Amino acid sequence: MSDNQYVVKSAFFGKLLFLPLFLFFVANLAWGNPENHAAQNVAKHTIAVSDSSHNGHVHGTEASVHEETSEHSEAAHAEDAKYDPGKMIMEHIGDAHDWHLWGEGEHAVSIPLPVILYTSSKGLTIFSSANFHHGHEPFQGFMLHDGHIVWEVETNTETIYDLSITKNVAAMMVAVLFLIVVTIRMSKHYTSRPGQAPKGFYNLIEPLILFIRDDVAKPAMGDKAHKFVPLLLSIFFFIFVNNLFGLIPIFPGGANVTGNIAVTMVLALVVFITVNLNGNKYYWKHIFMPDVPVLMYIILIPIEILGVILKPFVLMLRLFANITAGHIIILGFFSLIFIFGAMNPNLGYAVSPLSVAFTVFMSMLELLVAFLQAFVFTLLTSIYIGMAIEEHHHAEDHHEKI
Amino acid sequence: MQLVTPAIGLVFWMGLTFSILLFILRKFAWKPILNSISEREETIHNALTQAEQAKAEMARLQGENEQLLAQARSERDAMLKEAREIREKIIGEAKITAEDEAKKLIARANDEISKQKHAAMDELKKEVANFSIQIAEKLVSDKLENNEAQQKLIAHHLTDLTQKATA
Repeated sequence: MSDNQYVVKSAFFGKLLFLPLFLFFVANLAWGNPENHAAQNVAKHTIAVSDSSHNGHVHGTEASVHEETSEHSEAAHAEDAKYDPGKMIMEHIGDAHDWHLWGEGEHAVSIPLPVILYTSSKGLTIFSSANFHHGHEPFQGFMLHDGHIVWEVETNTETIYDLSITKNVAAMMVAVLFLIVVTIRMSKHYTSRPGQAPKGFYNLIEPLILFIRDDVAKPAMGDKAHKFVPLLLSIFFFIFVNNLFGLIPIFPGGANVTGNIAVTMVLALVVFITVNLNGNKYYWKHIFMPDVPVLMYIILIPIEILGVILKPFVLMLRLFANITAGHIIILGFFSLIFIFGAMNPNLGYAVSPLSVAFTVFMSMLELLVAFLQAFVFTLLTSIYIGMAIEEHHHAEDHHEKI
Repeated sequence: MQLVTPAIGLVFWMGLTFSILLFILRKFAWKPILNSISEREETIHNALTQAEQAKAEMARLQGENEQLLAQARSERDAMLKEAREIREKIIGEAKITAEDEAKKLIARANDEISKQKHAAMDELKKEVANFSIQIAEKLVSDKLENNEAQQKLIAHHLTDLTQKATA
C-alpha cells in the first residue's frame, strides 16, 4: 500500500466523527497561518487542509519521514497528493489486514491481525500483519499490495490462498461473540425465572424474538415454523448486530461486515441449502413438472431453475448493496469536507458543519436500515422456506374441480 | 471489481463462524428462550382460560341462586296465598255454619214460640171456656131481675176474668 497520508488522514477523521474536526479547527487557530509552516513541503503538498494538520502534531518528524522514503514512494506520494475520495471510500468499505484505530501513515495505530496463507510451495504460513509495517516491507516472501497479499517476486504466479483473520473476519467474530454472550445470558435469565417476563435489556430483545416468530415465521410456514425459527432468529440477529457494529466508527466496529459480498454470499448459501434441503415433492414438482403442456417445459424448467438460484442471489445482493451504499454515502459526505478543502481551506471549514449534519442524519437513517435489512433478509428467507415446504393437497383438489 | 468479488478467506471464516453461531445459538440460546416463552404463553393462556371458566361458573351459580331465590319467593307467595284462601274459606265456612246455626236456633225459637203461643192459646181457650162455663153456671145459678143488674154482673165477671188471665 502506498503511503498516502492524505487518504489515511481523512480516514482518521471519518472515524472519529466530531472531535477531530473540532481539534483540527482549534489547531489551525492556535498555529496561525498553516501555509507558512508548510512552505518547505509545498511542492509535494497541494492540499492545504491536510497540511494544516501537520502543524498540530507530526510536523517535527515530517521532514525525516520524507527523507527516508524511497524514490518510488516519493513519486507515488506526489501522485496521490491529490485527495481521492473514491479510493478513500473503497478502502473503508473494503477489507484490511489490520484493524485501523487512529493516526495516519507511518504513525497509524492499528491492531495487527494474524495473516494465514496457504500456498502449495510453502504450505501454511502464519504471521502477524504487523510484519508488513503497513504495507512497506515484505515478509517471508509476501508483501501487501493495495490491501492484497501478493508474492514479493512479481513474476511468481502461484496462487495464494489468503485465509487471514482480516478486519472483517475479526469484526464479525467480535459481533458473533457479543451475540453468543448476550443470548446465552438471556437464556439463563429465562430458565432461572420460569414463567416470568424478562427484565431490563432482555425485555427489549424479546419483542424482536416474538416478532420473528409470530410475524415472520408463522405467517409464511404455519405449523412447521417452529423448526425454522432458530435459524431465522440466528440470521436476523447476526445481520442486525453486524449492521449495528458496522455503524460504530471505531473498534469494535468500523468494519463493513454485512456490506461484504463474501459474508452475504455465505448467508445466502445457508438460505439456499435450507430451502432446497427442506423442499417437499410439491416444490420439486413445481420446478421440474409444472402443470403446463410438456412443450412449455423447454422454457419453464430453465426459468424455474434460474428462480431457485436467483432467490438467494438477490438476498445476497440486496443486503450487500444496501449496507455498502449506506457506508458510501456517509463517507461521501465526509469526503465533501476534503474535496472542498482542496479547493480552499476556508471552503472546507464552511462545508464541514453541513457535512457533519448530513452524516448524523445518514447515521440515523442507517440505524433504521440496519433493522430493516435484517428484517427483509429474514422475512424473505422465511417466505422462501415457506414456499418450499408448503403442502398443496387442497390447492390441487380445488384446482381440478374448477 | 474488487468490491463484488468474494474473498476466499472471508468466505471460509464466515462459513465456519456462522455454522458455529447457528449451532451454539440453536442449542444454548434459542431453544431455552423459545421454550420458556411458549411455556409462559401457555401458562398465561391456561390462567386466562381458567379465569374465564371461573367467571362462567360464577355466572352459572349466580343464575342458579337467583333461580332458587325466585322459586323460594314464588313458593312463599303461593303458601301465603294458600293460607289466605284457607283462612277465608274457614271464615266463610264458619260464617255459614254460624248462620245456619243461628237460623236453626231462630227457627227452633220460632217453633217454640209458636208452640208456646198455641199452647197459650189452647190454655186461654180452655180458660175462656171454663170461665164461660163458670159464668154461665153463675148466670144460671143467679136469678137475674133486670138487664141493668145483668150488665153489671157481666162487666164485673169480665173484669174478674181479665184480671185472672193477666195474673
